[in-house]
Amino acid sequence: MTASDPRRETHRDAHSDAHGAIDAVWRMEAARIIAGLARMVHDIGLAEELAQDALVAALEQWPESGTPDNPGAWLMAVAKRRAVDRIRRQQRLERKLEEIGHGLEDEDPAPEFDAVLDTDPIEDDLLRLVFTACHPVLSAQARAALTLRLLGGLTTEEIARAFLVPEATVAQRIVRAKRTLAEAGVPFEVPEGAERADRLASVLEVVYLIFNEGYAASGGTSWMRVDLCQEALRLGRVLAGLAPQEPEVHGLVALMEIQASRTRARTGPSGEPVRILDQNRGLWDRLLIRRGFAALLRAEKLGAPPGPYVLQAAIAACHAQARTAEETDWARIAALYELLVRLTPSPVVELNRAVALGMAYGPARGLEVVDALGSEPALKDYHLLPSVRGDLLARLGRLDEARTEFERAASLTRNLPERTLLLSRAAACTPS
Amino acid sequence: MRFLMMTTETESVPDERLMAEMGRFIEEMSRAGVLLATGGLDPRATRITSSGGKVTVTDGPYTEAKEAVVGFALIETRTKEEAVELSKRFWRIAGDGAGVIQQVFGPEDPMPGR
Repeated sequence: MTASDPRRETHRDAHSDAHGAIDAVWRMEAARIIAGLARMVHDIGLAEELAQDALVAALEQWPESGTPDNPGAWLMAVAKRRAVDRIRRQQRLERKLEEIGHGLEDEDPAPEFDAVLDTDPIEDDLLRLVFTACHPVLSAQARAALTLRLLGGLTTEEIARAFLVPEATVAQRIVRAKRTLAEAGVPFEVPEGAERADRLASVLEVVYLIFNEGYAASGGTSWMRVDLCQEALRLGRVLAGLAPQEPEVHGLVALMEIQASRTRARTGPSGEPVRILDQNRGLWDRLLIRRGFAALLRAEKLGAPPGPYVLQAAIAACHAQARTAEETDWARIAALYELLVRLTPSPVVELNRAVALGMAYGPARGLEVVDALGSEPALKDYHLLPSVRGDLLARLGRLDEARTEFERAASLTRNLPERTLLLSRAAACTPS
Repeated sequence: MRFLMMTTETESVPDERLMAEMGRFIEEMSRAGVLLATGGLDPRATRITSSGGKVTVTDGPYTEAKEAVVGFALIETRTKEEAVELSKRFWRIAGDGAGVIQQVFGPEDPMPGR
């Protein structure tokens, strides 16, 4: 079709148009509706069911009546009416049972629920929903699926496609997660006090897991996985609006914005990964970088000592700030990694620190740290350890040792373009 | 998916109430993680044409209604339908007028021609 094709100008089929519009409204409003209902019924599984009922009503009525002026409010009103009906039925049943047991007890059937009908800020409910869906009683995978479903409005099929698992697996994960939450009696609330930090970490972990699932894109068709990155970014931005006083939320948003800015540059023409130092920085998305810097600034303004996400974002910002790879402030990156390794001790972080030290102060300094990591069992089969060591050795002119390391790294990676690169580096270490 | 929503003409001169409602709408879009950037545009456009190696710069023509606000919003939504829905919400506040929505290729989209 060319741009002047008249078919493009014709009005689209009214029916599929209506369904597309309803679908869009649903994705935009699902989280708020489910959140509002969950506060009424204290059960996110039931809340989702009631919200789905409202969606079905919309699918039946809107194609005939047209989309209402405020579709979100329409869906919410229908869903709440159903929730009240359901609660009243339940209460009548309970009262009957009680009457049989203890005799009469006169009580207004549903004052609490009518009270809920006036508008308490929906933002509070959304935050409660985030914390509930990401409750640590659930596995990270279950939290991710439930979050995408309840807060992203994604279908089970879409989640399955994104995570490259069968639809039935995701369906079961979600059903089990809801049951686990109900059985554990997880309250629908925002945790306060000492509990809050851990619970927030649990939320951020899930958002970053969703992001990385898309960012890593290690297999499968990548379009849906790229959507995961965007969905994680969206969730992060929403979360930053809901909990603006939490520096780590802004830190995570900053980290994701800056990482996402490199999407276009980080793979080569045939899909091979391109290292950050070799990337064409002109392909980095300036808008996302700017948003990332702004989020990082918001985090820093809150004045707390930097947490792991703020530190990682600060490292990402160092790269984003350098106009060329040579301009990278490696000393600052090494210092940030040192803070990070103290907060979250991990051999992988330590390896990154070694790289930064090697860049900032010469290969010998990096090699010291790498050699201290040599016996780390977690890195036994991690190809980047010999790869980094090979690089440092080569820069020191210890070519024989470097070649052995590159060959070992090549044997450990399953990524073909990476293996090719490592083998060519090994070959380059052979004196001619 | 990124979309650029632009108003090309608006009939209504914004009053205080409209500005307040629009402010709320913009805030809501930011909080929903949808709005990437937004701004008003000076209706006095400078037009640039290039033809046969010659670049011509002309000021105007200016729109009649100088007080009418034209503007843009760069948004990120999951589908085009979501962008259209947001646009409907915008016009419910803005009143009569016209605009366009165009997809903007973001970092996740392949470079055109690549």
